Amino acid sequence: MIISELKPLEELQQALSEFDKLFLVGCAACATVCKSGGEEEIFKFQEWLVEQDKDVTGSAVIDEACHIMRAARDLRHHKNAVAEADAVVVLACGSGIQSISTNIEKRVVGGLNSTFLGNVRRFGQYEEMCSLCGDCILNETAGICPVTTCAKGLLNGPCGGMEDGHCEIDAEIECAWCLIYERLQNQNRPGVFARRVPPKNWSRRRKPGRHSLRNGGR
Amino acid sequence: MSYLSDQLAAGQFVVTAEIAPPKGTNLAPALADVKKFAGITAVNVTDNQGANMRLSPLALAAQLQQAGTETILQLTCRDRNRMALQSDLLGAAAFGIENLLLLSGDHSKFGDHPDARPVFDLDSVQLLDMTAGLMAGFDMVGKPLNGVPSFFPGAAVNPAAEPFELIFQKVAKKVDSGARFFQTQSIFERDSLERFMAAMAPLNVPVIAGVLLIRSGKMARFLNDNIPGVQVPESLLERFDRARDPMAAGIAIARETVSWARDLCQGVHLMTLGHEDKIPAILE
Repeated sequence: MIISELKPLEELQQALSEFDKLFLVGCAACATVCKSGGEEEIFKFQEWLVEQDKDVTGSAVIDEACHIMRAARDLRHHKNAVAEADAVVVLACGSGIQSISTNIEKRVVGGLNSTFLGNVRRFGQYEEMCSLCGDCILNETAGICPVTTCAKGLLNGPCGGMEDGHCEIDAEIECAWCLIYERLQNQNRPGVFARRVPPKNWSRRRKPGRHSLRNGGR
Repeated sequence: MSYLSDQLAAGQFVVTAEIAPPKGTNLAPALADVKKFAGITAVNVTDNQGANMRLSPLALAAQLQQAGTETILQLTCRDRNRMALQSDLLGAAAFGIENLLLLSGDHSKFGDHPDARPVFDLDSVQLLDMTAGLMAGFDMVGKPLNGVPSFFPGAAVNPAAEPFELIFQKVAKKVDSGARFFQTQSIFERDSLERFMAAMAPLNVPVIAGVLLIRSGKMARFLNDNIPGVQVPESLLERFDRARDPMAAGIAIARETVSWARDLCQGVHLMTLGHEDKIPAILE
């Protein structure tokens, strides 16, 4: 799931200063689960906008804002309210914001910062475990990703800053390489420690990513 | 080969120290300071140490080398991708720099540019591998070099860190990747260096033990709380608390460390942090 959070209100005040009438868009997928752009947050944001002397012409929570065509279809259902607004405020991740901005001519204001691809530990608690690097090493590292969970993304073991099994950048975080080492020991196999891991192929993560299941994958 | 590698090969107990490039372009103080380093085999030139932005260590090392000072150029993976690292290494060779200390580097979070994007395109093992490749005449993609560098690559280790087996597997990888010497993180306890040297014995790679001049109990506690990989033991903290002259206590502790390091390993690396005038007292 994509983790997102509300931008600082001062920044939003600035971004919205030139507009009087706004249409609000939320997302029923990730932004709802991490409570940044679901029904409840859209309602709260609307109240805040009213406090800022703005008019809200309407709102919609789109099923998956990242779905470009679906976002277009859902917005069409609110054609008049969107047309009436000076700008559309989107409480969704960066993908969702861009689905909207590619679909309409009107100015779009993103209300959230997108932070990472998160696992849900428990409700309201999210952790980054995968950074979508395109060159997965999990099968060798006992299912713990060093590219993401080592602060430096090291591939050949811990750095010199590891102390008592904890990371140098945050003593609350366990060292990814200690965890990998322990789990591989429990599994009785050398795994990634059996070889010197060569430099990573970052060309697999070249931006912007494209993936197509049509035309033989091209 | 470099003076450092000759001394180590000859079984001489080596002494290294370190100097940080200035924040700015004024190299005069650094060039003058290094003259005070009496009895030193080589001087490490640090690379944006502690993730604080300073003049390029390559520029200072080149000047020191030209002025006749043996240097160990430190190079970290934090601020450069694989292309920049190769490029800087070839540049270092062009200036006659041979000794290298190849490091991952402290995280940017600790320094004066915490908002910087840390690079870590390579890790220290991969950096050593790449350096070995350059020495064999090829860049990382296998293209031949016109003019092949000659280096004496070194690596770092924290011998006191736990779990030891995990730390040591990386040491072994570094040796496989061409590390010809190790410089250690500050070491305070004889036992931890003894354990490390016992494990190192079959690898036959010289070890230069890090010796930090601590000036006070306050400094020791600051190090424990803020510097990754440095843990001053309780017994030394108590010694500082009891001392009437903490600087004298710090010098005595460093001198004792050097003395047992002489029994155990092949050299010491003195970190005196601006108190280079105390080096003769530490080496007494």
